[in-house]
Amino acid sequence: MPAPIRLRELIRTIRTARTQAEEREMIQKECAAIRSSFREEDNTYRCRNVAKLLYMHMLGYPAHFGQLECLKLIASQKFTDKRIGYLGAMLLLDERQDVHLLMTNCIKNDLNHSTQYVQGLSLCTLGCMGSSEMCRDLAGEVEKLLKTSNSYLRKKAALCAVHVIRKVPELMEMFLPATKNLLSEKNHGVLHTSVVLLTEMCERSPDMLSHFRKLVPQLVRILKNLIMSGYSPEHDVSGISDPFLQVRILRLLRILGKGDDDSSEAMNDILAQVATNTETSKNVGNAILYETVLTIMDIKSESGLRVLAINILGRFLLNNDKNIRYVALTSLLKTVQTDHNAVQRHRSTIVDCLKDLDVSIKRRAMELSFALVNGNNIRGMMKELLYFLDSCDPDFKADCASGIFLAAEKYAPSKRWHIDTVMRVLTTAGSYVRDDSVPNLIQLITNSVEMHAYTVQRLYKALLDDISQQPLVQVASWCIGEYGDLLVSGQCEEEEPIQVSEDEVLDVLEGLLVSNLSTPVTRAYSLTAIMKLSTRFSSVNRIKKVVSIYGSSIDVELQQRAVEYNALFKKYDHMRPALLERMPIMEKTATNGPTDIAQTNGETDSTILDTKHLPSITHPASQVGRCNYHICFCLAGIPPMTAYNKNGLKIEFTFERSNPSPNIAVITIHATNSTEADMTEFVFQAAVPKTFQLQLLSPSSNVVPALNQGSVTQVIRVLNPQKQQLRMRIKLTYTHKGSPVQDLAEVNNFPPQSWQ
Amino acid sequence: MQFMLLFSRQGKLRLQKWYVPLSDKEKKKITRELVQTVLARKPKMCSFLEWRDLKIVYKRYASLYFCCAIEDQDNELITLEIIHRYVELLDKYFGSVCELDIIFNFEKAYFILDEFLLGGEAQETSKKNVLKAIEQADLLQEVRALATA
Repeated sequence: MPAPIRLRELIRTIRTARTQAEEREMIQKECAAIRSSFREEDNTYRCRNVAKLLYMHMLGYPAHFGQLECLKLIASQKFTDKRIGYLGAMLLLDERQDVHLLMTNCIKNDLNHSTQYVQGLSLCTLGCMGSSEMCRDLAGEVEKLLKTSNSYLRKKAALCAVHVIRKVPELMEMFLPATKNLLSEKNHGVLHTSVVLLTEMCERSPDMLSHFRKLVPQLVRILKNLIMSGYSPEHDVSGISDPFLQVRILRLLRILGKGDDDSSEAMNDILAQVATNTETSKNVGNAILYETVLTIMDIKSESGLRVLAINILGRFLLNNDKNIRYVALTSLLKTVQTDHNAVQRHRSTIVDCLKDLDVSIKRRAMELSFALVNGNNIRGMMKELLYFLDSCDPDFKADCASGIFLAAEKYAPSKRWHIDTVMRVLTTAGSYVRDDSVPNLIQLITNSVEMHAYTVQRLYKALLDDISQQPLVQVASWCIGEYGDLLVSGQCEEEEPIQVSEDEVLDVLEGLLVSNLSTPVTRAYSLTAIMKLSTRFSSVNRIKKVVSIYGSSIDVELQQRAVEYNALFKKYDHMRPALLERMPIMEKTATNGPTDIAQTNGETDSTILDTKHLPSITHPASQVGRCNYHICFCLAGIPPMTAYNKNGLKIEFTFERSNPSPNIAVITIHATNSTEADMTEFVFQAAVPKTFQLQLLSPSSNVVPALNQGSVTQVIRVLNPQKQQLRMRIKLTYTHKGSPVQDLAEVNNFPPQSWQ
Repeated sequence: MQFMLLFSRQGKLRLQKWYVPLSDKEKKKITRELVQTVLARKPKMCSFLEWRDLKIVYKRYASLYFCCAIEDQDNELITLEIIHRYVELLDKYFGSVCELDIIFNFEKAYFILDEFLLGGEAQETSKKNVLKAIEQADLLQEVRALATA
C-alpha cells in the first residue's frame, strides 16, 4: 500500500476543488484511505492520518472514527504523535464522547513524564476539556505539580487547577495549601496564573475570600513594582510593563476590597497612582485604566477617588477610539445610579454619542440618556431624544418611544409640553410605540381638560397628513369622537383655531373606515367616534346612514357595533345622550385593574367592546370598573340587582355576558356607603358552589367614600358550564369609624338571564 | 474566554478553540451564526458586540477575523490585547504570517495558542517564553523516541 499522502499535499489538493461537490468527493476518497490505514494498525503514518482528519474536521466533515486513533497517538512514545494525539483529543474527544474517559490513564502517566513538554501537553488538555470524573481522578496530580519549582509546569498547573475547581467545586479545598507561596514567585507566568487561581477561589467561596484578604498588601506591592520598575523588555507592551498581570491583579483587588473597609483603604493609594500615571495613548493603557475604574467603583473607595474614576470615563467618552467610548458608556451605565451627580457632569458628551455611527454605542448612549433625565434638564434632553427618535434605526424606536413617554410622564414641565411631546412621538414613530401607549395617552388627554381643544385640533391636523400609523390614528379618532364639538366650534386658545366643518370631520372619520391602511381595531375606534358625534354634531342623519351601512359589514366586530348603535338610534334614543356623554376624568389607579382585559391593540380590544356593548368604553382597561355604572347595565339587557344592603353599605351587581364564552358571566360589583364616615380597608370576597369557578379581579380601590360620594367597583367572572342557578356567598370586611367590621351574606336573587 | 474562532472574509473557518463543552451541532450553529453576524459589521463599528448572553470581541487582521467570546466580568480591552499578542506570536513564528500559513500549518497555530492560553486564560505573558517553549517542543519532534516516564 503506498504511503498516505502528506498533510500539506492533501490541503493543497482540497483547495483546488472548484465546487462543494468536488471537495466532498476528494474528502470521501481520502477518508476511505485513512480508514483502511487505521484498520491496518499502521503506527508510522497514524499521526499523519489523524492530522489530515483534523483538517477535514475543521472543514465541517465528520471525524469520529478517528477518536480511538487519537488515544493511540497519546499513548505513543513519540513526541510528534503525542502532540497531534492531544490536539485531536481536544478537538474530537470532549466530555460528551463515550471514549473520553479512556484518556485518563494516559494523561495521568504523562503528567508524571520526565519531559516537561509532555507534562505540558497533558496539563493543557486536562485544563481545557477534562470532564468532572477525569478532574476528580487527576486532581491530586495537578496539586502536586502546583507545588513544583519548575515555573513552566507550575503556571500550567495553576490554570489546570482553575478548570478542576470549575468542574468539581468541592475539590477547591485541596488546593489551598499549594497557594501559600504562589505570589512570592518572580516568574510572571506563574504570577499571572496564580492570580487567576486565587480569583477563581475567592469568587466561589466567601471563606476563601476572607482567608485571602491578607494578600492585599502583597498584591499592592507587586502592582507597584510593575508600575515603578523601569523598562522590562520581556513583558513590555507599548511602554507598559505586563498589562495582562496588572489587569488581573486589579480584578482580584476588586473582589478582595468589595465591602471591606480595611482592604479598600490599603489599595486606595495604588489605585490612585495607576489611575493618574497610566499612559492613555494606546489601547493597553486604557485597558488598565478601565479595570482600575471598575475596581474603584466596586470597593469602598473615598469620594475623591470615585470622582477621579468617573472623570476617567468622561475622558474615555471623548476618545477617538470607539472601543474606548463603548466601554465608557457601559461603565457609566453601571454607575449612574450610585454616582448620579458625577455622571450628570458628562451629560452633554453622552448625548453627543447618540449621533455615533455604531449601533452598540448609540444604544448605550440612549439608555444612559434616559437615566440622566431629570426635572432640570427635561426640555433640553427631550429635544435631543426626539431628534434621535427621528433618525434612529427601527430596532431602537420602540424602546426610545417608551423611554420618552416615561420621562415625559415623570418630568413634564407643563401639560401642553407633555401633549406636544407625545404627539411628536406618535407622528414620527407612531408605528413603533408599545400597545399600551394608546390607552395611556387617552387617559392623559382626558385629564388635561384645558387642553382638549388644542389636542383635538392637533390630532385632526395630523390625521389629515398621515393615516398609516395606527396608534396615532386610534388616539386621534377617540379624541375627535369625544371633543369633535370643540373642533368645529374653533375654540382653541393655544394656537390659531382651524376652520373645519362637521362634514369635513365626518369625511375624515369615514375615510378611516374604508382605508386599507386601517386595522380592524382602528375601524372600530372610528365607528365609535362617529357614533359619539351624533350627540355633538347636528348632522345626525349622515351619522345614522353610516352606522346602518356597517350593520352589514363583513367584519363581525364592526357589524355588531353598528347593529347596536342602530338600536340606540331606534329603540333607546332617549338614552343616547347620557350614554355618549363626555368621559369623566380618570384617576390613574395603582393596580392595573382587570388583568384579563389586556391593553393591546389586537383582538382583545374588541373583546372589551363585546362585553360592554358600550361605545364610550374604548379607554384604558384599568378604568373599566370606574365608569358610571348606571350607563353600563341597561344595554346588556340584564337588570342589575342589589346583592347586599346593610349598615349603610350597599352592594349592587351589574351583569355582562362575555361574548366569546357564553358560559362566563361577568359581574361588576358596585359598593356604596351612605353613612357619614368612610369605609376603609374594604375587602370583598366571594365563594361559589363547586360546579362553578370564580375569578375575582382587582378592586378599583379599598375605600368606600362616605355619603355615596363614590363607589368601589370590582369585576367578578363566574364560569358556569353546567348552567346551574347562580348562587354566591360573600364576605365583607372593612374598617368604619375606627372599628373593624365583618359580615357574611348569601346572594340568591340572581336574575335568570345571568346564568341561563 | 469561552471560545476563539478564526475565519476568513468568506466565512471559512481556519481555527476553532472551545473552552466550554458543547455538542458538535451546537458548535456548528454558533459558528455559523456568529460568523454571519461579524461579517455583517461595517468597518467603522466598534470591536465589541453583545450576542446571546456573551460579549464578543473581534478584530480583523488582513484577511482573517479573530473572534473571542468572553464572559461578563472579563475586560474587553485587554481581550483585544490578547488577540494582538497571539497575532504577534504567529507573526514571529512564521515570519510575517499570512492566512495561508495558518491554513497549511493549522496544527502549529493550535500549538502556539496552547502555549499562550490554557483553559481560556493567558498562561504566559512573555512573548519570548512562549516562543522558546514552542521552539524546544519543535526540536523534540526530531527525537526518535522519548525516554519513558
